[in-house]
Amino acid sequence: MAAIDLILIIMLLLTSLWTVLTIRLIRAVVGLALTSAILSVIMFRLGSPLAAVFELSVCSGLISVIFVTTISFTSRVSKERLFVRRRERFVKFWYLPLILIVAGFLLLHFSHPPALKLPVTPAGQDVRSVLWNLRHPDLLGQVIVLLAGAFGVAILFKEDTHER
Amino acid sequence: MSVEPLQLFWYFGIFIILISICGVYCILATFNLIRALIGFEILVKAATLLIILAGYLTGNQALAQALVITLIVIEVVMMVVAGGIVLWLYRYNQTIDTRKLSNLKG
Repeated sequence: MAAIDLILIIMLLLTSLWTVLTIRLIRAVVGLALTSAILSVIMFRLGSPLAAVFELSVCSGLISVIFVTTISFTSRVSKERLFVRRRERFVKFWYLPLILIVAGFLLLHFSHPPALKLPVTPAGQDVRSVLWNLRHPDLLGQVIVLLAGAFGVAILFKEDTHER
Repeated sequence: MSVEPLQLFWYFGIFIILISICGVYCILATFNLIRALIGFEILVKAATLLIILAGYLTGNQALAQALVITLIVIEVVMMVVAGGIVLWLYRYNQTIDTRKLSNLKG
């Protein structure tokens, strides 16, 4: 494992930990975007550039925008409430780094690399040909899911005319 | 990456398990709906990395990328709908704390 890969994967773990531990929701969203950006670099290094671009543009960009929009519609927390929440979160979340350290230690020391035989697949397949020729039911599913999402949002934000 | 493939899988696998623990803990320990969604996102990141890693090790990166693109599209749609549901709940209850959302019918 190259040193850069080790640094990247440790950074991925640290940013996801920061996302979980931080108190402000906006900071958690920034942490999530950072996690996505680092993941896209790892994906690029693992030989998947198209998926990495998708991850960077959609997960790091679009999902952050969705979260920020959702958060901006909710109310701001007062300073007193934030103080109480900070104390609550400290009590609830201080276990997590401990669990991660213990789990990491146990996994490193008591597990071994698996003795699997990796399948040999024909190399040189292009992602576009796989996506358009081999996995076209997936594309149909994606279109249906996108339509379902659009209808779902339209129904959720429809004005309730009965109440008026 | 000149290391033996299964060794690489093992190292990455440990980190994938740790990231998954972060996501599961975030979902379990929080009462805020938006934070639960963020925890779910972290879990999806771990799954994405696992698929890409499997593709890299088996030399079938094209299929792995196709699956990840499908996963990302579904993830985005799910997040948009979930965000809409959270906003809808906030509009009617003035809170997104799951402890206070006790007026569900059924």
